[in-house]
Amino acid sequence: MRYLPKSDAERAAMLRDIGAASINDLFSVIPDEYRLTRDLKVPRQMGESEIIDHFKAAAQKNANGYISFLGAGAYRHYRPVIIDSLVQRGEFLTSYTPYQAEITQGTLQAIFEFQTMICELTGMDIANASMYDGSTGAAEAVMMAVRVTGRDGVLVARTAHPEYREVMHTYAQHQGHDAREINYGPDGRIDLAALEAALTDQIACVLVQSPNFFGIIEDIPAIAEIMHKKGALLIVSIAEAVSLGIVRPPVEADIVSMEAQSFGVALSYGGPYCGVLAAKEKYLRQMPGRLVGETKDTEGRRGFVLTLSTREQHIRREKATSNICTNQALVALMATVFMTVYGKQGIRELAMQNLAKAKYAADTLGKHGKLLFAKTPRFHEFVLQTEESPKQLNARLLDKKIIGGLPLKRWYPELGNATLWCATELTTKEQIDAAAGVLAGAPVAVEAR
Amino acid sequence: MSYPQNYKYTREHEWIEVTGKTGTIGITDYAQNSLGDIVFVDAPKVGSSVSKGGVFGSVESVKAVSDLYSPASGTVTEINESLIDAPEKINTDAHSTWIIKIELTNPSELDSLLAAADYEKFIAEETGK
Amino acid sequence: MATTSKFIGNTPKVTAHLTQNEGLSFEKSSPGKKGYKLAPLDVPEVDAAALLGSAARENEPLLPELSEIEIIRHFTRLSTWNYAIDLGMYPLGSCTMKYNPRVNEFVSRLEGIAEAHPYQPESLSQGSLEIIKLLQDCLIEITGMNAITLQPAAGAHGEFTGILLVRAYHESTGNPRKTIIIPDSAHGTNPATAASCGYQIVNLKSNSQGGVDVAALAQLVNEDTAAMMLTNPSTIGVFENEIHNIAHVLHDRGALLYMDGANMNALVGKTRPGDFGVDVMHLNLHKTFSTPHGGGGPGSGPVACKEFLEPFLPSPVLAQGADGLLHWNYDRPQSVGRVRMLYGNFGMFVRALAYILANGPDGLRQTTEDAVLNANYIRKKLEDVYELPYTTPSMHEVVFSDKRQTKNGVKTGDIAKRLIDYGFHPYTTSFPLIVPGALMIEPTESESREELDLFVDAMRQIAREADENPELVATAPHSTRISRLDETTAARKPVLRWKAPAVTNGVEIDTPAKEW
Repeated sequence: MRYLPKSDAERAAMLRDIGAASINDLFSVIPDEYRLTRDLKVPRQMGESEIIDHFKAAAQKNANGYISFLGAGAYRHYRPVIIDSLVQRGEFLTSYTPYQAEITQGTLQAIFEFQTMICELTGMDIANASMYDGSTGAAEAVMMAVRVTGRDGVLVARTAHPEYREVMHTYAQHQGHDAREINYGPDGRIDLAALEAALTDQIACVLVQSPNFFGIIEDIPAIAEIMHKKGALLIVSIAEAVSLGIVRPPVEADIVSMEAQSFGVALSYGGPYCGVLAAKEKYLRQMPGRLVGETKDTEGRRGFVLTLSTREQHIRREKATSNICTNQALVALMATVFMTVYGKQGIRELAMQNLAKAKYAADTLGKHGKLLFAKTPRFHEFVLQTEESPKQLNARLLDKKIIGGLPLKRWYPELGNATLWCATELTTKEQIDAAAGVLAGAPVAVEAR
Repeated sequence: MSYPQNYKYTREHEWIEVTGKTGTIGITDYAQNSLGDIVFVDAPKVGSSVSKGGVFGSVESVKAVSDLYSPASGTVTEINESLIDAPEKINTDAHSTWIIKIELTNPSELDSLLAAADYEKFIAEETGK
Repeated sequence: MATTSKFIGNTPKVTAHLTQNEGLSFEKSSPGKKGYKLAPLDVPEVDAAALLGSAARENEPLLPELSEIEIIRHFTRLSTWNYAIDLGMYPLGSCTMKYNPRVNEFVSRLEGIAEAHPYQPESLSQGSLEIIKLLQDCLIEITGMNAITLQPAAGAHGEFTGILLVRAYHESTGNPRKTIIIPDSAHGTNPATAASCGYQIVNLKSNSQGGVDVAALAQLVNEDTAAMMLTNPSTIGVFENEIHNIAHVLHDRGALLYMDGANMNALVGKTRPGDFGVDVMHLNLHKTFSTPHGGGGPGSGPVACKEFLEPFLPSPVLAQGADGLLHWNYDRPQSVGRVRMLYGNFGMFVRALAYILANGPDGLRQTTEDAVLNANYIRKKLEDVYELPYTTPSMHEVVFSDKRQTKNGVKTGDIAKRLIDYGFHPYTTSFPLIVPGALMIEPTESESREELDLFVDAMRQIAREADENPELVATAPHSTRISRLDETTAARKPVLRWKAPAVTNGVEIDTPAKEW
């Protein structure tokens, strides 16, 4: 087998050196009744070209050459090619967690740069070296707030991503948190009055997403003021990292949990993505996940090292801030390269283009439906309500090789025939006009709801 | 290393100095030596209560964490704030560097603690193992 | 042998790239340098301030401004400071640092696969769903289980999911139970996970052979025991040959057996956990199934289980209709819920499946055999110079202790650092905790005999150095561009981000540790 660097003669010689008669001697510890005496029922060994053909065939069965207006927590942005040129270098791709700092300064310095850029973008003091994704990051942020405040009440905005909320619930149910949802108001933002009414001395935090699931930007200063009056923490979850190029960072937040998939990480049917946790300095010791710190070596040269490991599972064990071990280092490196490529000016220009494309899409498509929450500031997603059912509308769009907005009924039935649309720098005017054309052609007899 | 005669000791390597109803608590030289360079001390808040044998905080080195066990029950009246910026003071002089002061609620608990000579014997046995 | 020279014995195999200095990207940044160009806007421009109002960003984030060549050089230089599997062996115990096949990278980047949006209609996602189904089927066969979820993002995440399944099952019988038994040889994620699921941990001391003391276990298991978390082979590389008794003792009292699958590289194709009584387990695709470590992730931690636990699996579950089409089933009333959004680290599924297809049943079995052969070869060649704390046979990893070297003050951490000078990554030091001064070595099947002989040679040299020149070992490494780092100050006074130098009266005051 071509990945195994041994000949049969070498295997035989090694067995002789060990003093074993056959390789099965080395497995004799396994009781006979459990030893497999047959082949595993997996496909037969394939040559490399066959493997590639297998996956090409699978790729053909996915959408190819379709226009897409999907967002909802996973965003289609351009990935500069140097990202893959760099992360595919064996020294990055096949390196291990940087526990041995002397021979992993490459990884460590890159993470230090990542931590710095996340702080700059989010307005926080400290950032960790990535969590699994935005949804588990949100759950970890809540657990962190509970630890910090010693309170067990949790509030979450209903406009946070529905799947994030599901994950938060899974994590919270065995930890004694009581997670309560706060609904949104007619402007598509969290209902501040409802939030204030729900806030007691037992509330540890509220988690809001901004831009939220509807694409609407929340009023962070107002929410922070309400929360801080009762000594509760504000967690801001950000699903679209590119927004930070043009939207003000949530500096009033105590903790920011972000999904950085937009920064050069492929959509890849849902993963791997790149969760990030950032916070104010005073919460440092309660922060989960790996942290890279700057220090000096014995000769006084600058170097970087994993630090504050006593928070983590390999030392604290059951008292650890989190059980996280492996995280998303390579995708964080993709994000690091992405942020370096765009840089200070580029991230703003990129965000601006997204804003412009979405405005044009909302204006154009909004002529054939009702744009919800139209007066509230938003980034690059919007909600469209149509007479026609989303099922029928999307079927007509698919006929033209267009994947339309995500139907929202499953999570927000009160919104009726509502769909969530996203436009990025990759969406063209032509594509938007084409979609508008299909919307305009809605049949007179619409399908009953 | 000489262990101050007027202190009392626990088997978990804490010392306590009693003046009136106040107990001043720290960790022993043996403890700081085992831990290595101390980087952080996690102390309880003033006003919280501690119980004899109960964990009241922890001491961290780069690679390890050690729980701190209270030699006696009481209420925390003071914490040594200088340890926030300079936790290494414990390494330099463990017996003069206190971590918390408590007001004792049950002074009779002190009777079961080790005297300096007994503590020295105890750690001699530990290291001999 | 002259002790004035730096090295006793052969020259080290690999020399580190010593001369490149490379600062932080921010330190090379200049206003106006650009590394990007966007296509021109084909829709009307917008006034962000007008559109966003008070939500508009005022201060630009201080990201670096660099041109493309500077970015390429920056990260290329950084990469040369890393050790990697592509450069040489990583004998890290229980990490299974095997070859990361390149075809895996190629197929994961195929357009229809890399660009698949997770919310695309299922009719347009059949390719992705077929990949998931085939991987699920293969992993079920390999583990001897009945059902599986690929949702967890890493091993620890898989453990969390597995224990949630345990809890859900017990709750469904009316008694959630309170405790989880964990051997003292376990990886730190095990107790951290149990605690996060609301269980109390009961510690089980390993027996004199470093394995599970079945009699002691029988004493500990009671009506409050929800499960035992077991790694098999254990973290000292030994197969629990009383595994059927262990399962028996637990099942008798209605408790479950959870297996940490980190050491599956010793079992694939030779035995199956489902056959020896395991109820639920996780796998590490980034260990056994060759997906790359990437400096610390991403991983993937699928959880496989027996039929009786299937109803509790995270939602959604992959299902196949009568027409053969695949879809996600969200109608799962007993599910423990989601452990993450969407479906899991799909990119790693593609890589793991490519690995399985490249191997086939014969390749998988041969891989396991070579892994165990390699570990035993190392054991044989080093057992006269390093102390073997247990005489039980090793499987895919061997654990020594530094007992013979500590008499000269040389500890496992020092030996590990000295190994770097010989061109190897260190093995795992000081774990498992039950072996004081442990040297935990797992070569994997990816090492040739030449490489193994070089490793053995280096370890034997270092053992001699520990005798004849212990100072050399205690102050290692000597050949890296950075020597041992001050971790104490890094922990006492953490500096976790770069800050721009302060400017006072036109003079730049450097931030900490900027100088070389």
